[in-house]
Amino acid sequence: MEVVLALMTGVLYAAGIFLILRRSFVKLIIGLILLGNGANLLIFLLGRITKGKPPIIPGELKTLADAYADPVPQALILTAIVISFGLQSFAIILMKQAYRILQTDDLDEIRVSEKEEI
Amino acid sequence: MSQTVILLPLLFQFALAILLLFFWFKVPVQRVLSIAGSALNVAFSAALFVAVWQNGIICHNAGNWQPPFGIVFVADTFSALLVLLTAIAGLAVSVFSAGSVTQKRLKFGYFPIFHFLLLGLTGAFLAGDVFNLYVWFEIIIISSFVLITIGGEKAQMEGAVKYFTLNMLASVMFLTAIAVLYGLTGALNMADLAQKVLLVPNRELVHVSALLFFVAFGIKSAVFPLYFWLPDSYHTPPPAVSAIFAGLLTKVGVYALVRMVTLIFIGDSSLADILAVIAGLTLVAGAAGAMMQTHLRKIFSYLIICHIGYLIGGLSMLTQAGITGLVFYLVHDIVVKTNIFMVAGLIYKIRGANSLKNLGGLYADYPYLSLLLAIPLFSLVGIPPLSGFWPKISLITAGMNTERYVLTGLILFASFATLVVIARVWAEAFWKAAPQLAPREGFEYFDDLTKTRRAFILAPIILLAGVSLYIGLGAENIQALSLRIAGELLDAGPYIKAVLR
Repeated sequence: MEVVLALMTGVLYAAGIFLILRRSFVKLIIGLILLGNGANLLIFLLGRITKGKPPIIPGELKTLADAYADPVPQALILTAIVISFGLQSFAIILMKQAYRILQTDDLDEIRVSEKEEI
Repeated sequence: MSQTVILLPLLFQFALAILLLFFWFKVPVQRVLSIAGSALNVAFSAALFVAVWQNGIICHNAGNWQPPFGIVFVADTFSALLVLLTAIAGLAVSVFSAGSVTQKRLKFGYFPIFHFLLLGLTGAFLAGDVFNLYVWFEIIIISSFVLITIGGEKAQMEGAVKYFTLNMLASVMFLTAIAVLYGLTGALNMADLAQKVLLVPNRELVHVSALLFFVAFGIKSAVFPLYFWLPDSYHTPPPAVSAIFAGLLTKVGVYALVRMVTLIFIGDSSLADILAVIAGLTLVAGAAGAMMQTHLRKIFSYLIICHIGYLIGGLSMLTQAGITGLVFYLVHDIVVKTNIFMVAGLIYKIRGANSLKNLGGLYADYPYLSLLLAIPLFSLVGIPPLSGFWPKISLITAGMNTERYVLTGLILFASFATLVVIARVWAEAFWKAAPQLAPREGFEYFDDLTKTRRAFILAPIILLAGVSLYIGLGAENIQALSLRIAGELLDAGPYIKAVLR
C-alpha cells in the first residue's frame, strides 16, 4: 500500500510540475491542482498508514491500549483540501477573467504590463 | 488577563472584517469603520507589546488543549513587535486607501478584504504551530489575490496571474515541508518541533525539509532566484495595495524563515551558508534591477528585493549582532517600504505618471511636500541619522566578525546602489524641469481632489515619516529592543519552556 501511495505521490508531483511549465492557463491550473493533491497524499502517507485501528477509546478504558491510526494527518488534509478548493475556484475564475480581458491564454504573451510606460 | 491580551488584536481584526462585510455597499460607513477600527487596533497591539515587554512570553492554548496537542498562540517580543508594526502600517494604509482608492474598487469590498489581510498577518505572527502558520498564510494569500485583482484592469490581470501562480506554488512547497517534518517527528507545535527535530536520526531528511521550507518562504519573501513575480506584479494594483504588500507580505516570509532557522533547524551550518550565498545574490540582483528600471513603483519593487538581502544576510550570520541588525532593519523596512509606495502613489496622483521620464519639477511646484517626501526616501538609503543607517552598523560588524567578507562587501555595495537609485529618483522626479504632458482625460489629479481626500492621502505619509524619524533619532531604544529580541531568538530555551510549561 505504501509503495503504491509513494509512487502515486511522485507521479502527481511530477505531472504537476510538468504542467505548470507549459504555457497554457488551463494546464497551469491543472498542474497546481495536481501538486496540491500530491501534497495531501504525502501528508497522508507520512502520517503512517495504520489499518482498521480507529483512535477511539473504549468506554471502560481511560487511554488507548493498542496502536492506533494517527488522526492528525487526516485533520490536516481536510483543512488543506478545503483551502485548496477555495484557491482553485478562485484560480479558475481568475484565469477565465484574465483570458477574457487579455484575449490570450499563452503565458508567454502576457508581458504588456512590463513594457507599459506612463 | 494575559490571554485576552494576545487574542485581542486577532479577534478584533476578525470582528472588524466581518462587520465591514455587512456594510458592503455603504462605502462611507466602511471608511469610518476601517479607520476607527485600525486606530483601535493599534491600541490593542500596543497593549500586547507592553504586556510582552513587561512579563515576557505570553501564550494561549486554543480551546484549552494542552500543548503540544492543541494549537497555541505565542507572543514573544519579536511577534508582539511585528503585530504592533502591522497595526501601525495597517492604520496608515487604511487612511491612505480612504483617500486614494477609486470608488469603483471600494464598492467591491476593498475594506473588508483589506482587514482580512491584516487578520492573516497578525495571525501568522502569533502562530505557534506550523500548520496553523500555513493556514494564516493561506488567509493572507487569498486576501491578497482579491486585493491585487480588484478593479480588473489589464495590467492587474497580468500581474495577478504571475502573483497567483508563484504564491500557490509556495503554499504547496510549504505543505510538503510540513508533511516531511510531521513524518519525521510527529509534531506540529513549533516548541515541540524544536526539541524533537534535534533527536531525529535521519539528518538528510531534516535537510530536505529545511530546504523545502526555505524555498516556500523564499518565494514569499522574494529572494534570488525566486523573486521574479514581485516586480511583475507589485506595480499593477492601486498604490494603497502595493503599499501594504510591500511593507508586510514579503516580511512575513522573512519572519517565518527567521522562526524556522532560529527555533527548529538550529545550528544547521550548511543552511547558513546557503542563506549567505542567497543573500548576496539577492542584494546584487535587486540593486541591478532597481538601477535598470524607469517606472517609479518598479524601482521601489526591486529595492524591496535588494533589501530582503540585508535581512537574509543578517539571518545567515546567526550571531547576536547579525540578528540584532536583522530585527532593526525589519522594523525600519516595514515602516519605510509602506511609506515609499504611498509616496509613489502620491506622486502618481500629482502628475498622473509613473515613469521617471514623465515626471519632474516636483521640488519647484511643491517645496514643502518635497521636504516631507525626502524623509522616507532618504531613510531608505540610510543617510545618518535617518533610520536605515543604524542597522547596517550591526550587520557590517556581524559580517566582519563571522568572516563573511564577500557578503559584507555586497551589503555595502547594495547601500551605495540604493543611494544611486534614490539620487536618480530625486534628480529626475524632483529637480528636473517638468515635461510638458497633456492632462489625462478622466484622471483625478491630486490638486483637483477635495480637501478631505488630500488630507487622507497626506496624513499617513506624515505619520509613517514621523515613525521613521523616531526610529532614526531614537535609535538607542530600537537597538535595545532589537538586542533583546536577538537574545530571545538565539536562545530558544525560554520560548520552549513558556509554550510547553
